[in-house]
Amino acid sequence: MDYFLQLFLSGTAKGSIYALISLGYTMVYGIVQLINFAHGEIYMIGGFTALILGGYLFTLGLPVPLVLVLSIFAAVVFSSAYGFTIERLAYRPLRNKPRLSALISAIGISMILQNFVLLMQTEKYLAFPSYLPELSFLEPVTEYINSTQVIILGTTSVIMILLTVLIKFTRIGKAMRATAQDTNMAQLVGINVNQVISVTFVIGSALAAIGGVLICSYMGQINYYIGFVAGIKAFVAAVLGGIGSIPGAVIGSFILGWTESLGTGYISSDYEDAFAFIILILILILKPAGVLGKNQNQKV
Amino acid sequence: MVFSIVAVIASAGFAQSGTIRIGVAGAHSGDLASYGLPSVKAAELVVADVNARGGINGKQIELVIEDDQCKPEVATNTASKIVSKDVSAVIGHICSGATKAALGIYKDSKVVTISPSATNPPLTQSGEYPNFFRTIAPDDAQAKLAVAFIKDKLKLKTLAVLHDKGDYGKGFAELCKQAAEASGIKVVLFEGVNPGAPDYSAIVNKIGKSKAAGVVWGGYHPEASKLVQQMRAKSIKIPFVSDDGVKDDTFISVAGKYAEGVYATGPKDTSTNPLAVKAVADHKAKYKEEPGAFFLNAYAATMAVVNAIEKAKSTQYEAIVKALQSEYVETPLGKISFDKRGDVIGFGFSVYQVQKGKYVELK
Amino acid sequence: MRQNGLKSEILGSLAQAAWFTVLLFPLIVMKVNVAMSKATVQFRWSYLPIIAIASFVLSFVWRRALEWSSTRVEKPAGSSFSSKIMGRFQIFESNKTIRLATVALFVLCVAVYPFALGMYHTNIMITALIYVMLALGLNIVVGWGGLLNLGYAAFFAVGAYTYGFLWKFVGPQFVSAGFDTGWLFWIALPMAGIIATVFGVLLSLPVLRLRGDYLAIITLAFGEIVRMVLQNASDITGGATGISLIPRPWFLGFKLPPKQAATYIYYIAVILVVLTVFIVRRLEDSRVGRALEAMREDEIACQSMGIDLVHNKLVTFALGAFWAGIAGVVLAAQTTYINPDSFTLWESVMILMAVVIGGQGSIPGAIVGAMLLKLLPEYFRPLAQYRMLIYGIAMIVIIIFKPDGLIPRKRKSYYFVKKNSADSGHEVRV
Repeated sequence: MDYFLQLFLSGTAKGSIYALISLGYTMVYGIVQLINFAHGEIYMIGGFTALILGGYLFTLGLPVPLVLVLSIFAAVVFSSAYGFTIERLAYRPLRNKPRLSALISAIGISMILQNFVLLMQTEKYLAFPSYLPELSFLEPVTEYINSTQVIILGTTSVIMILLTVLIKFTRIGKAMRATAQDTNMAQLVGINVNQVISVTFVIGSALAAIGGVLICSYMGQINYYIGFVAGIKAFVAAVLGGIGSIPGAVIGSFILGWTESLGTGYISSDYEDAFAFIILILILILKPAGVLGKNQNQKV
Repeated sequence: MVFSIVAVIASAGFAQSGTIRIGVAGAHSGDLASYGLPSVKAAELVVADVNARGGINGKQIELVIEDDQCKPEVATNTASKIVSKDVSAVIGHICSGATKAALGIYKDSKVVTISPSATNPPLTQSGEYPNFFRTIAPDDAQAKLAVAFIKDKLKLKTLAVLHDKGDYGKGFAELCKQAAEASGIKVVLFEGVNPGAPDYSAIVNKIGKSKAAGVVWGGYHPEASKLVQQMRAKSIKIPFVSDDGVKDDTFISVAGKYAEGVYATGPKDTSTNPLAVKAVADHKAKYKEEPGAFFLNAYAATMAVVNAIEKAKSTQYEAIVKALQSEYVETPLGKISFDKRGDVIGFGFSVYQVQKGKYVELK
Repeated sequence: MRQNGLKSEILGSLAQAAWFTVLLFPLIVMKVNVAMSKATVQFRWSYLPIIAIASFVLSFVWRRALEWSSTRVEKPAGSSFSSKIMGRFQIFESNKTIRLATVALFVLCVAVYPFALGMYHTNIMITALIYVMLALGLNIVVGWGGLLNLGYAAFFAVGAYTYGFLWKFVGPQFVSAGFDTGWLFWIALPMAGIIATVFGVLLSLPVLRLRGDYLAIITLAFGEIVRMVLQNASDITGGATGISLIPRPWFLGFKLPPKQAATYIYYIAVILVVLTVFIVRRLEDSRVGRALEAMREDEIACQSMGIDLVHNKLVTFALGAFWAGIAGVVLAAQTTYINPDSFTLWESVMILMAVVIGGQGSIPGAIVGAMLLKLLPEYFRPLAQYRMLIYGIAMIVIIIFKPDGLIPRKRKSYYFVKKNSADSGHEVRV
């Protein structure tokens, strides 16, 4: 039982990591039906920005908590700017073109960003100093779950609540829901669809940036390639939970985390990814739109 | 069609009598670039030094740098291209799989190939590739050393063996398992983890459950540091023994305080070697960062090739091979030469441990 | 008026240049190095003016390009650039001798290629031809069927490993029975095709009810699962070490040295590609092909026309997979060594790129896309470090300015051309 609990908590920690990234994925998809392959790279750039600016501020002698806050802030600002720019440059011109075109564009951006960072910074793995506080009250259970994991879990929960509030109770949230339902109608009733889409990308990228800082602090390292791996997993999680649904992304992420963790613990770590994909296939067979996805009826 | 004719003429590469060409092949782009690019930098530094001193026998050296993305099918094209440029030797490739694919072409064209990182034992031990040399110990040598250390010095009875599912890591892990079982140590866990994954807490839990007395890791330092961190965070304090992919200062830098006490095999005593110190300093001066994986191995390989051509006074295949096997050369890894099969002699491997933030050689 | 327009444009570009300078500042100008857990930052101020000027200039270029692109689509089909070029080729349509002469010249070039250019270029061309087969196969699934397949490399792997397994497990008995290993290639070819097709059918089973992006993720999952099995089941597949020393096909009973073997494989590849193009072309205009395209355009209309969607999807995946299987065998024969690294997600993405950039659904498009994608990086090796960057930029540029691909699918279409005289219109078939 103890072992199961350990694995369950591991899975929960893993799930919250995936959730941080998949929330952004699912938001963008919900509004523009685009699998934003470049989302993983925005996460990576968030991490790098935090490393660079945080490192600089630290050498200036600022105290650690201030460095932490400022580096997260910087990561969020810059990642959002990247997201905004990418949307304007590479996705907006393709909005009325076949979906595959936007997907290819996203793949292209992903490649550009990866290699841009590779060339401008370094190919090596860099140590990522963690400025996150050590939560001392966790001393007794630190074997099961450590500070950073708790912080990540907490952040994910807070973000999820904030996002749900945003979507359900604010004007911009309503505009986003309208655009997601039917872009043309939304324009007809006077919603500035361009603005809504930009806002969505900005929020999604901001989430990715927060994810970047936290997860890199957890891993203790960063590298130009981490976005790709993280992106795929997060995407699977989002689809599992029902792409376009925010609670779905979170549930999907946790299902993914638990599956991988329990699969590793009880069967074998060799096939860790395989478990994830198999669960995905099973769920999609039973519920073709994902756990919380809405079965969209195609209209003639 | 016209395009390719133009390309051929452009790349025809007349063998100028005044230059010696050396190829450098490995993953220079894509996800494994961090293992290939440091070798390029090493070769560049060595060649710059040599050329500044007047070259080899009066001839300047020119590097032919080609990317193989660590993919076998690209590696064969890369090898063909390098061979068509009339090189005297090749430093590379980096990944054992790509090296295997390329060696066939180098063998047929009689080109000496020295790899700084391909550790797959059959590459030298099968005898199939008389043109292949390497400046790194093959997996089985490292594995035997690690296991002997575990049995004699650490006196562990059970082991959990993990790897990154890659050619290098899994090779080392499997050989460790064999060696361990042969010497009476029980391997209670043998599994591969996903390189690049952010969280290994599940496998760490599994290690705890298996009650192994120690962990052996086959693979590179990014995963090693995550594993060690997550193990220590869960108060799993058992010894962690690993291969020379982890014997890297970046590991200590990334794992921080968790690196304390970690064991890794590595070439004997490189940090105080004056050539090693100079090589690292030169790298920092030119590229403004610490060197990456297999840097010193590639540096040594390039020096060995240069030395062989110098001593042989020729770029003929047989002459270079003979010189490599008979001459010794001072390198950052020590005074080395090569045996009949192509494995390096003169640098042994030692076991190191991280003590007070630095790798310390254990006698 | 003009002055104002220019001024606001300049201001706009200045603003954009400023935006990019600030945006890219941390990553370009500040270089981070981490030693002993301390991050140190170095400032490369010399890059700053470069970013500013480059973004200023590029913003003008981009704006002009977008304007040109949006006005371009309004031109009638007859006067566009590519149809003008096609018009030039009218001379080929009409004059039979010229057409024969061009074809003969082309065939001659293809035939003489290996002898003219040597082993290195022949090898590259073989790789490109393998890719052409893959692109044509994926074109069936993505271009005609409209089913996004992100795991195509799995079928490719199945084909290659079929040959590998044949060699590994049946090879020894073969040799001891007195047969030359050269025959294994020819046995493997159809076997790989069939086994890959079986896998294609297997893949289509779970996706029958899915659409769009869910389909994509399942195919991605499938691709990854196949690769993982190949990597982990090392007792059977050789794992990361792969299967080596795969025999090449023999020429009329003789085992060829590598150089000649390359030439031999080149011709085999050429013939296979020709065969593929032929069959695929026939399919395009057949009932099967049209049913696929109908499915892509509108599933519901398609069903109401009586086309069985389930059957169609099965056929799509099966057909697509077949070609990948064949291509896999050729790859194994060429490199004589296979391991899971050649069949990653990126491979699938590359093949998808070839199809989309070349022109979805268009056969010449797929061929051109595949050729470009494989040949350009080889010939631009000096830029190898920038390879992925260039790919990415090229993809974006092509997809924005030519979203239908370089050689779009030309469907038979009819349109009216207005004539000046009394009659109301003149139907022209394009």
